[in-house]
Amino acid sequence: MDNFTVGVVVFPGSNCDRDVSWALEGCLDIRTKYLWHESSDLSDVDAIVLPGGFSYGDYLRCGAIARFSPLINALDEFVKSGKRVLGICNGFQILTESGFLPGALVANKNLNFICDDVELDIVSSKGGWFNNVDEKQTIKLPIAHGEGRYHCDSDTLKKLVDNELIALRYIKNPNGSSFDIAGITNKKGNVLGLMPHPERACDETIGGTDGLFTLKSLILK
Amino acid sequence: MDQFAVKVFVRLRPSVLDPAGEATKSASIKLGAEGIKSLRIGKMIEVKIEGNGENEVRGKIDLLCDRLFANTVIEDYEYSLEKL
Repeated sequence: MDNFTVGVVVFPGSNCDRDVSWALEGCLDIRTKYLWHESSDLSDVDAIVLPGGFSYGDYLRCGAIARFSPLINALDEFVKSGKRVLGICNGFQILTESGFLPGALVANKNLNFICDDVELDIVSSKGGWFNNVDEKQTIKLPIAHGEGRYHCDSDTLKKLVDNELIALRYIKNPNGSSFDIAGITNKKGNVLGLMPHPERACDETIGGTDGLFTLKSLILK
Repeated sequence: MDQFAVKVFVRLRPSVLDPAGEATKSASIKLGAEGIKSLRIGKMIEVKIEGNGENEVRGKIDLLCDRLFANTVIEDYEYSLEKL
């Protein structure tokens, strides 16, 4: 993809940054660049991934401290310019804490840390994140989280439904999420947050390739 | 400058399920405690802060609560303030 570069943000406590970079570089031949959270210069990246992990040790609330990093402060302009941002797991939590996406992610209903493969319905392909699977509306991706229960009030849920902002729903809800929600987009569609890990499903030898098209969608204009 | 001791209480909103509270309630009953109708877990944050009078300090604490200490999508907060 010529010079297209995806910035992979590294917070203290991120632990999926290298997986994301491996999936993009190794499986999709997309150039990546690690962005330290204290950097606010996003001029040489064309899309951004906020990876999973435990930014700032999940202190206070998951994603709550990361919200105040220079990089997240710079993200507002980046998103307004229409460039794409993908938040995976802790990245999704950061996007809700920062107000880029509505709602919040709270402790799983059964209090377990759940590490499993889940079946997901693609509800909306707003933003083109799931366009490549028109003929296959169900995908399987791994989840690994203790605080992945999506919560929002009824007004917010109505807005999500009415504006087709729900991207993914669990077929068998593992964590008690409202309306079985596993991933949502913003209105413009250029920001996607999801609890499942597409970067862990990019090679048949490690359990599947259903994550490839979502990562590949980072290069869409 | 006056110094104040502030205690901030952050609680999950009543509409948000508190599984940790439910688990603790279950353990409390196993311990033999009777009559527990509800048990919910929150956070308490203690802050010592300086400012020009109570109003200014309340302004600072309101900002901290709204933007950092609590996520108002899922949590409510209240605080008490004591001049030192």
